Amino acid sequence: MIRLHVFAAIAALTVSGMASAADAPPGASSCTGCHPATPGVATPVPRLNGRDAAQITAAMTEFRTGKRPATVMDRIAKGFTDDEAKAIAAYFAAQKE
Amino acid sequence: MTQTRRFSRRLTRRDVMKSAAAAAALLPMPALAQGAASRVVVIGGGFAGASCARALKALDARINVTLVEASRTFTACPFSNLVIAGMRELSKQQFGYDKVAAAGVTMAFTTASAVDPQAKSVTLADGNRLAYDRLVLAPGIDIRWDGLPGYDEAAANVMPHAWKAGEQTTLLRRQLESMEDGGLVVISAPANPFRCPPGPYERASLIAYYLKTKKPKSKLIVLDAKDAFSKQRLFQNAWKELYPNLEWVSLSSGGKVTSVEPASKTVVTDFSRHQAAVANIIPPQKAGHIADLAQVADRSGWCPVDAMTFESKQRPNIHVIGDAAIMGAMPKSAFSANAQAKVCAAAVAKLLAGEKPVEPRLINTCYSVVAPDYGITVAGAYRPKDGVLVDAEGGGVSPIDAPASTRAAEAKYADGWFNTITTEVFG
Repeated sequence: MIRLHVFAAIAALTVSGMASAADAPPGASSCTGCHPATPGVATPVPRLNGRDAAQITAAMTEFRTGKRPATVMDRIAKGFTDDEAKAIAAYFAAQKE
Repeated sequence: MTQTRRFSRRLTRRDVMKSAAAAAALLPMPALAQGAASRVVVIGGGFAGASCARALKALDARINVTLVEASRTFTACPFSNLVIAGMRELSKQQFGYDKVAAAGVTMAFTTASAVDPQAKSVTLADGNRLAYDRLVLAPGIDIRWDGLPGYDEAAANVMPHAWKAGEQTTLLRRQLESMEDGGLVVISAPANPFRCPPGPYERASLIAYYLKTKKPKSKLIVLDAKDAFSKQRLFQNAWKELYPNLEWVSLSSGGKVTSVEPASKTVVTDFSRHQAAVANIIPPQKAGHIADLAQVADRSGWCPVDAMTFESKQRPNIHVIGDAAIMGAMPKSAFSANAQAKVCAAAVAKLLAGEKPVEPRLINTCYSVVAPDYGITVAGAYRPKDGVLVDAEGGGVSPIDAPASTRAAEAKYADGWFNTITTEVFG
């Protein structure tokens, strides 16, 4: 029975961990194709993990309006609404190492 | 990660199973919480399949994920045009599966010889069978060996396609290197759809760069089965500026290749015959063979899938991602494959837990290198509508009139993208 309790506790932890990852907001999983999910990748593209949510949201807005110079983000940002961008920003802000 | 593995091994022990089953009888819990570990089999270890296998383990370490892949070394197609042009070595394209295995994915280095959608099992080449709750197919492309008269597997040793990276890539490179200055190089580009829509034109650009710098008396002709292609104006502007010896012949100008004659390296259209010193035939394609075995390919040769989950429209519990799948506007690119894989993994995890998948958004970005320090892109976001993925607002190609600094920046970002995506998938 002790084993079962330990099993149940670990299972509960894993399930809650899974829920947050599975519930990444729409679009978020595509971002790490260019913005590295892990440190140490040789690229000029900044990481999003742990970055301030308001900063990411502001960048998305400025990319969309053309206020911030970009290569591809101006074209990509237009595909997301304010609310979608906010949810993605909050998700990455919450991703710690 | 060894802890995860030990844990899942413990999970299958009979006493735990019995206890879990007893608990399940009392409490209405989803399948996963009962301790009955779900089984997902992924076939194909490219950008789509390896991404999906890893994403599934990251979402829920208790899902038993097996990745079936014949080769122990993956050779990436993106950037392989640089290898052909002598600007990069093939080893930089190659990746192993050690980190995929370390992430908890069970590697099966073999081929799948059959899929039984009713029994939900996959038969491997060695006769072993793998049962699955969900099957993910990521087989990439196969060449249609019946698609172009004269072009069979033997012909590909003389007139390489180089559309699957590896030996074909180095074969085409060697042929260019041994060609005498003044030779004619012919590229045949297929009709849509095919893997990597801007690929033939990036390749033409980089071969033209090689010829310009190493064999300037040579000429390059691109014979095309289309009148329009990806990033067309950007490519054509660059060619006009950089590569006067590159000629593109469109479908309506008689560019469609109707047959090839390997013995003399002759490429034939309705209007002309081109005897080439080097001929690169990019032939018609279809979904990888396992798609036929699993009965998920339609008459087009590709696999229609639902835009929410990437589940086959023909067979339940089988998902298809990457180049083999068709689901609307998303192009067949490595970026798309990786993005689809992660969305598919999230949907599969939800379905296994008895929950409803979330409506996804996806992004694609395709870099093409036209010359050193000269990159161009097409990028866009996608959303489901009426069962297919459609273009969201925005999207499109690099500006037509951008300064050299923008082209140089995009070339640098292209490098960064390759490093990032290959690290996420294989690193």
